Amino acid sequence: MPLDHETVTRIARLARIRLTQEVQEKTLPGLNSILGFVEQLSSINTEGVEPMVSASATTLRLREDRVDDGHCRDAVLANAPESFAGFFVVPKVVE
Amino acid sequence: MSDLCKMTVSEALEGLSKKDFSAVELTKAHVSACENARELGAFITESFDLALQQAVASDARRASGNALPLDGIPVAIKDMFCTKGVRTTAGSRMLENFVPQYESTVSANMFANGVVMLGKANQDEFAMGSTNLTSAFGPAINPWKRADGKPLVPGGSSGGSAAAVAANIAMAATGTDTGGSIRQPAAYCGITGIKPTYGRCSRWGIIAFASSLDQAGIFTRNTLDAALMLKSMAGFDPKDSTSANLAVPDFAAATKRGVKGLRIGIPKEYRVSGMDGDVLSMWEKGAELLKAQGAEIVEVSLPYTEAALATYYIIAPAECSSNLARYDGVRYGLRVAEAGDDLDDLYEKSRGAGFGEEVRRRILVGTYVLSAGYYDAYYLKAQKVRALIARDFSRAFEKCDVLLAPTAPTPAFALDESPDDPVTMYLNDVFTIPASLAGLPGMSVPAGLSASGLPLGLQVIGKPFDEETVFAASAALELAAGFPGRK
Repeated sequence: MPLDHETVTRIARLARIRLTQEVQEKTLPGLNSILGFVEQLSSINTEGVEPMVSASATTLRLREDRVDDGHCRDAVLANAPESFAGFFVVPKVVE
Repeated sequence: MSDLCKMTVSEALEGLSKKDFSAVELTKAHVSACENARELGAFITESFDLALQQAVASDARRASGNALPLDGIPVAIKDMFCTKGVRTTAGSRMLENFVPQYESTVSANMFANGVVMLGKANQDEFAMGSTNLTSAFGPAINPWKRADGKPLVPGGSSGGSAAAVAANIAMAATGTDTGGSIRQPAAYCGITGIKPTYGRCSRWGIIAFASSLDQAGIFTRNTLDAALMLKSMAGFDPKDSTSANLAVPDFAAATKRGVKGLRIGIPKEYRVSGMDGDVLSMWEKGAELLKAQGAEIVEVSLPYTEAALATYYIIAPAECSSNLARYDGVRYGLRVAEAGDDLDDLYEKSRGAGFGEEVRRRILVGTYVLSAGYYDAYYLKAQKVRALIARDFSRAFEKCDVLLAPTAPTPAFALDESPDDPVTMYLNDVFTIPASLAGLPGMSVPAGLSASGLPLGLQVIGKPFDEETVFAASAALELAAGFPGRK
């Protein structure tokens, strides 16, 4: 089923991407082209098939539980659009 | 153009060791070549001062008898690799002013082997594209010319890397390959490009696109150079949870093995309708050339090939939407906000302004296929089909040692011939995506020219962590094909 504008607005909101009306108009046909194309998978029988979650066959490694990073506050903040006194600055979130 | 720029990596290493020229001379020749080829748009950020400092240090090491394996080789690094102190954009406005505070494992490994960095290579935005046209910093141009003289795409997403190596302005260049982003541009630009097995190179410090698929690799002008470079990049890294804890083999030795007795699989499902006639005949010729050297040609079947593209265009956008959630306008990257905006306004405006059209489209597709009510029908289904595609390959490898296939369905096209419809565009990756989904190593080797005089590539696909056989078959193909190179 093709997407409508209402659904695109909802997805864009979930993705936290603001779309202007004009951009949304331009975006819709491409999204529907892709979703129409991938629809073909529904006809493939995957009963009893385990989903493949990674191309790597190994299991995740465990490491010793000890601190191996840190003390790099200034490096962490170096690319922040706005920082103050060693903190990231964001708009007020609590009234 | 100086002859120093036309050498291969192995020739340059020999010349440096015989003191025919210095690393500084080699680097200066390449810097000058880069400056004279700026119309190719191969770089987003040049780092010539750093390159000269590295070259001076390289000469000092060599003079004191401590030369490293790749000491003094000037390369380009794709702008997906974080380079400490050198701007890293991933081809996006979002990261226009991002200066990493740390070095990616792959580039660190290369520097530890003496490599000199000329700059950060142009690419599709966040590696999403097959043309380099989605870069926020303008397209990269293919140095090859067609008779009509129209500028051609170098392929993508690692378009700047491929253009730089093909134009002889860098001796090698790193790339990343998620669905074909090394192999397809290598084919379009008439050079060699390898994506090793998923897990062979560390992903640490590479800007994430689709983490279950992303893998680093290299562009060079021949297979021996690719072997030398890949050896320096690869290896176990505890900082990447999917890094393979395996010794790195001597890839260069493998290029000399030959193909006698090797079983070369020809996947019959790759004979898709709409394949360029030149591509088909090049593929047949490639098989003949390997057969003449003692290889056995066997037809194999990969029944789920046709489902690979659709599978990829669910999994890659899903992972992309999750990975790119980190660009929030707070910790790094672009921030767009006005007085009185709340936090959601800040997120939405920053992300609305920072991402280009293709990246936005993929985030939206990914968000949709992962959203409540659609997850099972799209994402889980795609992961199951992915398992079937991977199983196809393991079954095929019971009958053969490597697979031979075309790299791309057509030669390079003009910038203005790039299709508007995303799905038509995605068809460029039809031959590279299946191996990506299965995590297999794949190498594109230039095998000949189309009727329009443009390079065509053949792809050798191997078993997991058997890059050596890929190198053996690719080197044999390279030798037999005698690709003329760019005039």
